[in-house]
Amino acid sequence: MAALRTTSRLFTATRPIFRSQLRTMASVSNAPAAAPADETAKMKSFSIYRWNPDEPSKKPHMQSYSLDLNKTGPMMLDALIRIKNEVDPTLTFRRSCREGICGSCAMNIDGVNTLACLCRIPTDTAKESKIYPLPHTYVVKDIVPDLTHFYKQYKSIKPYLQRKDPSPDGKEYRQSKEERKKLDGLYECILCACCSTSCPSYWWNSEEYLGPAILLQSYRWLADSRDQMHEERKEALDNSMALYRCHTILNCSRTCPKGLNPGLAIAEIKKELSF
Amino acid sequence: MRYSGLQRDVLALYRKCLRESRKKPASTRAHFEAFARKEFQKHLHFDKKDFSAIEYLLRKGQRQLEMYSSPGIKDIH
Repeated sequence: MAALRTTSRLFTATRPIFRSQLRTMASVSNAPAAAPADETAKMKSFSIYRWNPDEPSKKPHMQSYSLDLNKTGPMMLDALIRIKNEVDPTLTFRRSCREGICGSCAMNIDGVNTLACLCRIPTDTAKESKIYPLPHTYVVKDIVPDLTHFYKQYKSIKPYLQRKDPSPDGKEYRQSKEERKKLDGLYECILCACCSTSCPSYWWNSEEYLGPAILLQSYRWLADSRDQMHEERKEALDNSMALYRCHTILNCSRTCPKGLNPGLAIAEIKKELSF
Repeated sequence: MRYSGLQRDVLALYRKCLRESRKKPASTRAHFEAFARKEFQKHLHFDKKDFSAIEYLLRKGQRQLEMYSSPGIKDIH
């Protein structure tokens, strides 16, 4: 369904950089005593959104950190972890798998919602990288967003298999290869909320509009041949707010760090509802 | 005296806290009321024009209320 836009671009553009990074990382662990001369240091500064809930009357502010890229891993998340370990332990962010499968480290990096673990540090050291929490979310602390409402909406679409009758032989529900293929490009969604929080429509109507991530999940269950509650699912979406606040702005498809296409999934739901 | 919208929100939250305490067992109700009062008093020193901070505290209060009003919670210290 979705072309693997992000990944393919990443691989072609950055393979040579990755090799050089490997070498520098090895040299760090081998000879820590020989401090590299200043001319080899590639200092890059990061400007990070800070806000502490324990002092709510203090306004949020941007704090700058600078790191030597030669001693840092290739990804934004490596930089954040290094800042937290070596510079400022009070910096707070979510992270877990560091390989783009958990969706914890979603944040706004240089104006684009993405996963910090899938985002390379721009090698242009003259420019400062700006890191913000996901836009239009309540902030828990620093770059940790409050996704309670997002998860509540996810729960509201009943994201599980609903059957009216048990399977004929009491074993698992089977589906053909073609039926399984319909779920490709849907099941990969990790609910990082990058797309929903990049959608202007979701910014203004997040109370009632479900947002691209949740609609993609809705379609994942509508497209599943094993699910038997299609009519009920469609009925739940068939009102002016839940689905039709999507105005095909397509920020969702542009920002998705997994290269999925929520815009297409929403269009498919609209098609199913109208024909 | 006329209250601003934000002030009314704060009062409404306090009222809700007291009403929720009535659903708790009679022997521990006083604990819940005292706890709610203490939580509000902790933040009395905020400037009434510090909207973003008060709004944050309101959201936090709402979350706490939701948690403490679950029927499984019988007592509080």
